Amino acid sequence: MARLSVDNVSVHYPTPRGVVHALDKVSLEIASGDVVVALGASGCGKSTLLGLMAGFQRPDAGRVTLDGATITGPGADRGVVFQDDALMPWLSAADNVAFGLTLQKVGRSERRERAEALMRQVGLAGFEDHRIGELSGGMRQRLGLARALANRPDFLLMDEPLGALDALTRERIQSLILDIWRGTGTGIFLITHSIEEALFLATELVILSPRPGRIVRRLQPGFARRYAAGESARSIKADPDFVRAREDILNAHFAYDEEIEHAAH
Amino acid sequence: MPPIELSVAEEVALQSGRPEPVRYRAPSAWRARLPKLVTVLGLLTLWELVSGFGVVSSLFLPAPQQVLTKLVEIATTGFMDATLWQHTEASLLRVSLAVLAALLTAVPLGVLIGLNRTVSSAVDPLIEFYRPVPPLAYLPLIVIWFGIGEVSKVLLIYLAIFAPLVLATGSGVRRVEQSRVLAARSLGACRWQLVRHVILPSALPDILTGLRIALGVGWSTLVAAELIAAQRGLGFMVQSASQFLVTDVVIAGILVIAVIALVLELSIRYLERRYAGWAH
Repeated sequence: MARLSVDNVSVHYPTPRGVVHALDKVSLEIASGDVVVALGASGCGKSTLLGLMAGFQRPDAGRVTLDGATITGPGADRGVVFQDDALMPWLSAADNVAFGLTLQKVGRSERRERAEALMRQVGLAGFEDHRIGELSGGMRQRLGLARALANRPDFLLMDEPLGALDALTRERIQSLILDIWRGTGTGIFLITHSIEEALFLATELVILSPRPGRIVRRLQPGFARRYAAGESARSIKADPDFVRAREDILNAHFAYDEEIEHAAH
Repeated sequence: MPPIELSVAEEVALQSGRPEPVRYRAPSAWRARLPKLVTVLGLLTLWELVSGFGVVSSLFLPAPQQVLTKLVEIATTGFMDATLWQHTEASLLRVSLAVLAALLTAVPLGVLIGLNRTVSSAVDPLIEFYRPVPPLAYLPLIVIWFGIGEVSKVLLIYLAIFAPLVLATGSGVRRVEQSRVLAARSLGACRWQLVRHVILPSALPDILTGLRIALGVGWSTLVAAELIAAQRGLGFMVQSASQFLVTDVVIAGILVIAVIALVLELSIRYLERRYAGWAH
C-alpha cells in the first residue's frame, strides 16, 4: 500500500504586482485505493498541487513525500494525465501508449502486446495503428490514460483530464476512470472545476479557495463506491442525495461570485 | 425592364416546381495546372521563334534544339576535360559534404541553443554577424585562409547552410510543447531520452524546413564556390563556357543546375510529408 503525502506545503510566485500565494499551508494524503479530487475555481493552485506531487516543481515550504521519502523529481511510479493530451503526434496510438515502455527499453513485441491490452482496457481496441491526428478529443484522453497506466504506477495524477471534452464523452470517461480504479486499486488524484464530476469520482473531495490557495472544506462522498458496487452512473447522478450535495457545494462555495463561470471557460 | 432570361434547365425546373440542384464541381488538377503549362510552352515557343528567325544571333541565344544537342554532346564527350556527369558529380559531392557537415554540427548546436539560454546568447552574435553577409563577400578571406582547394569550396557552401539550419533547429526546439516534455519526464525519461524521443521529433518539421531553405542557399552558393579555381563542377562549367562565349553550354548548364535544384526541393518536400506530416 503506497502513500503520497502533502504536508503543510506552501508555494508562492513573485510577480510584478507582489507575491502570489498559489498554495498556503496545504496538507493532503492519498493512499492506494483513494480517489482524491481537488475542486476549485481557476487560480486556486490546483495545478501547482499536482505539479508538486508529480515532481515537476518543489514547494517553498513543507514536504511532499512518497512512502515517507521526499519527492525530488518525476518518476514512473506516478502516472500523469494532462488536460491537453500531451501525446506525441509523430507516433502511432499504440506507440504512444507504449512510450514509457520504450524508455525502459522493453522489447518491441512485448511493448505491442501490452499496448494492445491497455488499449482494450480503455475502449480503443482496433485503433492501435491510427495516427493521433485522426483521433477525437475523447479518444486522445483515453490514450493518455492508457499511456499513464502502462508503467503500472502506484498513483494516477490527472490535471483536468476531461476539461476540454463534450458532456457525453465526459460522462463516459468518468465511468472509465472509476472502472480502472476498481480494477487496479491505483490511488488517484484528480483536478476538476466541475462540481458534479468531483462528487461522482471522489472518495475524498477537497475544495480549494483561490489566492491564497487553501483547502476550505473536506468531504467524503460515497458515490464512487456506489458505482464500484454496481449502480449505474446515471442513477447515481439523478439520486436526490447527489443533487442535494451538488447544490450544497455550489451555494456554499461558488454562488457568491462568478469564479466558477470563469473557470468553465 | 427587360425580361430575365432563363436557361432551359431553369425553365424546366420552374415549370416542374423543382429547382435544379446546384452541383459543386471541384477544380480539377488540370485546370489548376493549365496556366503553368501555357507559360512554359509559351516561353519555349518564343525562344524557338526568336532564335529561328534570327532576331538574335545564335551566338547570344542558340535555338532550343542546339542546346539540346549540346547537352547530349557534353553528356557523352564532355566539356573542359570532363563530361556533364563528372561536372554534376563534383558539384553534388561538394554540396553533399557541406550538408552532411552542417547537419552534424548545426543540429546539435541548434538543440543546445533551444534548450539553454546561455548558449543561445553566446552563439547569437556570431551567427547574426555573418548570416546576412553574402558568401561572395567573405569568399576572398576564405581563399586567403584556406587556399583554393576543395576545403575552401566546401567551407563556403557549409557556412551558407549552417546559419539557417542552426536558427531553424533552435526555434523548433524552443517551440516544443512543455506538456510533452513533462509527460515524458513523468514516464521516466532521462535528459538524453528527452532529446532523442521528444525534442528532436518535435523539432523535426522545423529542421526539415530549415534544411530546405539551407539547401536552396547552398546550391546558389555552389556557383560562387566553383569560381575559385575549380577544374570540375557545374558552376565552373557555366563560368568557363561563358568566357569562351559558348552560349549553348551556358544555357545547358543553367538548365541542369535548375533541374537539380528542383529535384532537391521536391525530395525535401517528400521527406517533410513522410516524416513531419503530423505537423500540418
